[in-house]
Amino acid sequence: MNALLAFLAPGGSMRLLARAATQRVMIALALLIIFGALRYDHFLGAFNILSVLQYNSMFALTGLGMCFVIMTGGIDLSVGATAAMASVVSAMLSPYGILPGLIAGLAAGLAVGVVNGFLVTRLKIQPFIATLSGMLMASGAGLLLAHNQSVSVSYDTDFTSLGQGDWLGFPIPAWIALVAYVYGSIALNFTAFGRHVLAVGGGEEAARLMGLPVDRVIFATYVQSGLFASLAGVILAAQFGAGQPAEGVGWELFSIAAVVVGGTLLTGGVGSVATTLAGVLLLGLIFNVLNFENGMGWISLSAYWQSVVRGVFLMVVVMVGPGVSRRVAATSAAPAE
Amino acid sequence: MRAEEPRGRYAKPATTKVEPLTAPLLVMRDIDKRFQGVHALSTAKLEVAAGEVMALVGENGAGKSTLIKVLTGAHRRDGGEIVFAGEPVDFASPQDAQRGGVSTIYQEINLIPYRSVAENVFLGREPRRYGLLDWRRMNGEAAELLRRFSVAVDVTRPLMEFNTAVQQMVAIARALSFKSRLVIMDEPTSSLDEREVGVLFDVVRQLRAEGVAVIFISHRLDELFAICDRVTVLRDGCTVLESPMAAMDKLRLVAAMLGRDLAAVRERSTGFRDAAGAAGGEVLAAEGLKIGKKVKDANLEVRAGQIVGLTGLLGSGRTEVARAIFGADAPDAGTIRLMGKSVAPKEPSEAIALKVGFCSEDRKVEGIIPDMSVRENITLAVLPTLTRLGVVDETRQRKIVDRFMARLAIKASSPEQKIRELSGGNQQKVLLARWLCADPRLLILDEPTRGIDVGAKAEIQSLIRELADQGLGVLMISSELDEIVEGADRAFVLSDGRTVADLPRERVTGPTIMAAMAHTDEEGFVGGSDHG
Amino acid sequence: MVEARMVRPRGALPDVSGLLRRYPALAAMAALLVFNFLVTPNFASWQTLNVNLTQVATIVIVSVGMTLVIATGGIDLSVGSLMAISGALAPLIFLSSFGRAHEAVGDALAFVVPVVVAGLFGLFNGWFITRFKVQPIVGTLVLFIAGRGIGQVMTNGNLQVFKNPTFQFIGLGRVFGVPFQVVIMLAMVALAAWMLRRTLFGREILAVGGNEKAARLAGVPVARVKRRVYAISGLCAGVAGLVVVSINSSSDANLVGLGMELDAIAAVAVGGTPFTGGQATVVGSLLGALIIQLVRYTLLANGVPDAAALVVKGAIIAGAVWSQQRSRAA
Repeated sequence: MNALLAFLAPGGSMRLLARAATQRVMIALALLIIFGALRYDHFLGAFNILSVLQYNSMFALTGLGMCFVIMTGGIDLSVGATAAMASVVSAMLSPYGILPGLIAGLAAGLAVGVVNGFLVTRLKIQPFIATLSGMLMASGAGLLLAHNQSVSVSYDTDFTSLGQGDWLGFPIPAWIALVAYVYGSIALNFTAFGRHVLAVGGGEEAARLMGLPVDRVIFATYVQSGLFASLAGVILAAQFGAGQPAEGVGWELFSIAAVVVGGTLLTGGVGSVATTLAGVLLLGLIFNVLNFENGMGWISLSAYWQSVVRGVFLMVVVMVGPGVSRRVAATSAAPAE
Repeated sequence: MRAEEPRGRYAKPATTKVEPLTAPLLVMRDIDKRFQGVHALSTAKLEVAAGEVMALVGENGAGKSTLIKVLTGAHRRDGGEIVFAGEPVDFASPQDAQRGGVSTIYQEINLIPYRSVAENVFLGREPRRYGLLDWRRMNGEAAELLRRFSVAVDVTRPLMEFNTAVQQMVAIARALSFKSRLVIMDEPTSSLDEREVGVLFDVVRQLRAEGVAVIFISHRLDELFAICDRVTVLRDGCTVLESPMAAMDKLRLVAAMLGRDLAAVRERSTGFRDAAGAAGGEVLAAEGLKIGKKVKDANLEVRAGQIVGLTGLLGSGRTEVARAIFGADAPDAGTIRLMGKSVAPKEPSEAIALKVGFCSEDRKVEGIIPDMSVRENITLAVLPTLTRLGVVDETRQRKIVDRFMARLAIKASSPEQKIRELSGGNQQKVLLARWLCADPRLLILDEPTRGIDVGAKAEIQSLIRELADQGLGVLMISSELDEIVEGADRAFVLSDGRTVADLPRERVTGPTIMAAMAHTDEEGFVGGSDHG
Repeated sequence: MVEARMVRPRGALPDVSGLLRRYPALAAMAALLVFNFLVTPNFASWQTLNVNLTQVATIVIVSVGMTLVIATGGIDLSVGSLMAISGALAPLIFLSSFGRAHEAVGDALAFVVPVVVAGLFGLFNGWFITRFKVQPIVGTLVLFIAGRGIGQVMTNGNLQVFKNPTFQFIGLGRVFGVPFQVVIMLAMVALAAWMLRRTLFGREILAVGGNEKAARLAGVPVARVKRRVYAISGLCAGVAGLVVVSINSSSDANLVGLGMELDAIAAVAVGGTPFTGGQATVVGSLLGALIIQLVRYTLLANGVPDAAALVVKGAIIAGAVWSQQRSRAA
């Protein structure tokens, strides 16, 4: 029972701050789904649901890693490049089977995460710059390994099932993402690690003086983000049948947008795993709804409108959002505001 | 084996022993610490017995915080020995010291505002069950700990929902949950109001009763006399005096801190003297101010050539009133008249145009631009007037800067030195200069001498008087009674957001102000005083 | 005047080693040049200089605005998208029936309108960030996402190919043998550097970045300063967008300015402007961009593949920022 409650609303002190954000994101998601269900015939059809889940599972994974990093007050620009590099590495090892491909991909993500974590915690470089250089290095490494072209995966092994297979009627990528989010939720709410992540983001110096292993916590979030991003990369390779060194451009900013839409503060210290998933699904469903809208033929919106709509949506979320970020930014704001 | 010459005039040879009441819990002897060859500490000595509250005092730069940092392992010492609970110790870090039984409560409370009270108590040592956090036990034990100090709060709420005093209690509860035998409190009362200080003192007394040793650092002498058993005075890195509190009086304490003869310490504790002439015309009048939840009905008036004190307990709305007058926050109701004109400034720039200046109580956060030079900091507010077609006239700028640096005796290596490298007193002078060069008619000073050492404090206070004598209207907010009593020509007292007293010069005394502050609640006033 | 200078603590004669220590970017630049003169064949040529300057010009133009934004403690992720909008708009104007009918007016408008529009979008960034007190990363993320879409919608995603010598002078013309875009770049760097040092606006930018609350209480119009800074960043992006499309003789809203935000930020970081705000060097950003470009050129000219150059670029950014932080802490 307790556990169930905790999944709905994060434990401890978070409730007050998170509740408003949680509710808004969940309500917005519910409204969008109801809107789609009423307006379009096949919106809730198995095919649409499964393809939305299958495609967005990759962003869900990068978003989850990003969410933890952002909760410490950091940022990870390298998730897209890491996914691309991991897709190449796993594709190269896919002839040896699922497991070698998967492990190789994860190892690539681990390496990028370690580099990022090292730059941030040891060399004390601001996360934005540190992960920007991590991104360039990962991207370069991926292109080098792949000789600037996509690397096709082996169809002799079951490797592609990681991206294309089903289990109990659901796509395997969606299962992977689900397991990752269950892990993320438990880690955040029921382990010391999760509490320390939030404590570090809420006041790094104070956390240090309280004796928390601040650098180790921060390091861990970057490694974790690298691992989730590389998992997304493995799925990418398996889903599209090739390791794609040039893919992943802009994933980092999309993931950040999803985390922000999910109500996690960019300044750190406050955040939620469940609403991050809602944020990813919201941004994903907007694209989906636009496709349906075009399919109805009533209006003809070019595909280019989708990014405009997404941008406007992000803007609206920020404007009407829980306002937590605003209150933090302006502690001495006029009462009239 | 080190042959260290006794350096200070009062320094006792290391062999002389002051017999402590009981076996000392902590002995720090001959502590030596150098920064780039310069002695920050030499022959510093500190002994604290279990169940004793030891005052540690000295001017800024005397070495108090260095000594504490050496004790807790934040700094490595260059010489001397530390014995804690009978054993020589050498803590590697504040965390290490905490594990060893020495906890520090820092001036700015070092907790995590977003996290719950319980989490803040247990961060780093969360109780677990089956490898996962045991929230129920954590909340239960935190509530239990706080109940010991008669603090009954919902420990699952974020810390930021509670006032400073409760936050301080949480910090102490955290320290005690480490089973600390020595608690160091560094300026613990600097952001507490008098009532909250009383609650804190109760806790300190309870600690003493439980046999915990406390090192209490404060600039407020009254508090030291109210709570401490003994006092150790540091000057220039040496321990110059060690004495039971009962054998001390304020004057002797100040004399020891400053290293001056008793006679040289003036009767007054501030640098103010009486006004030279009568007050002039009205520069500020505020009526019926209502601002947010904190200020309900504030009224005040300032005339040219007058220092008007504005005081009240913490949270009584002093700062809010000042900010509204300056246009930093908008009032919900009420009228403000500046230089005879009815105004409703929405931005500070509008008030500045009317020749009003404002020094915030928090120099670091709201005053200095740390990476800018002294020159740029001084001229920040007048820069638009030093500008032609958008370009700054640097010759005129330098002239102004030179004039005010000389006039206020600002100690900096050059006008180009970054302000963050200056001492607190000099930073405050730069901020005063920022407004003085704008030739203001009203200057609002929020806690103008907070956190400034005794010497610079008197200097700033006498400067304020001088400015008022030259015709400037000054609104001075202060929580230090001495400052109001000796400095103000007229005082307004706020209580719970309302002006409850308007006192003319002759009635500005400690007892009347305190009586007015206690307007709503006569009890709970602690921190005994002997003013008037 | 002379006397005032004398009073200042630092000696009048430029002390070279001190200069290099204070501006590590300069030292790195010098080392790279020396290395190339010794190792890279045909390095010391007018052509090499022009190639490198041309390739770096757009990045520098954008990073001028970015430096000012970062000096206020902000960041602008939308610059690449604004370049796409500006790049899409210019050909739309001079290829329109009006533009063809009145060529002079059309070309003039093709210079002015896109830059102004990009500036207005930048102003929107500033308004959004100050009005709703949004963190700049999120605030400019909106136009990062939506801006390219706007450019694509305007052109319906089509590639616009053109040949218009008047307009393309901005990307292909030369003044005394120097590419015109390089002239623009140098002019903008000089103007911004002068503005930052000498003008009221420059001091206000640094004051806002150094301590926003204190600046407001000293009467600095914080919101206005920020709005202007983002507007300037938009204007710079607009100019850069024009340069890019005129070099390519075509405009593709899907590609113009792609990834530019990170290139510009990298140049600013390597150049020595800290991300915490309050301090800034525009000339440093120019050097930063040149260093990144020169390293890439050095590697390519010596047979290292482009992908490896990317890895090196990442390492340089981290290394540069790390060494700056160390020298600042010392």
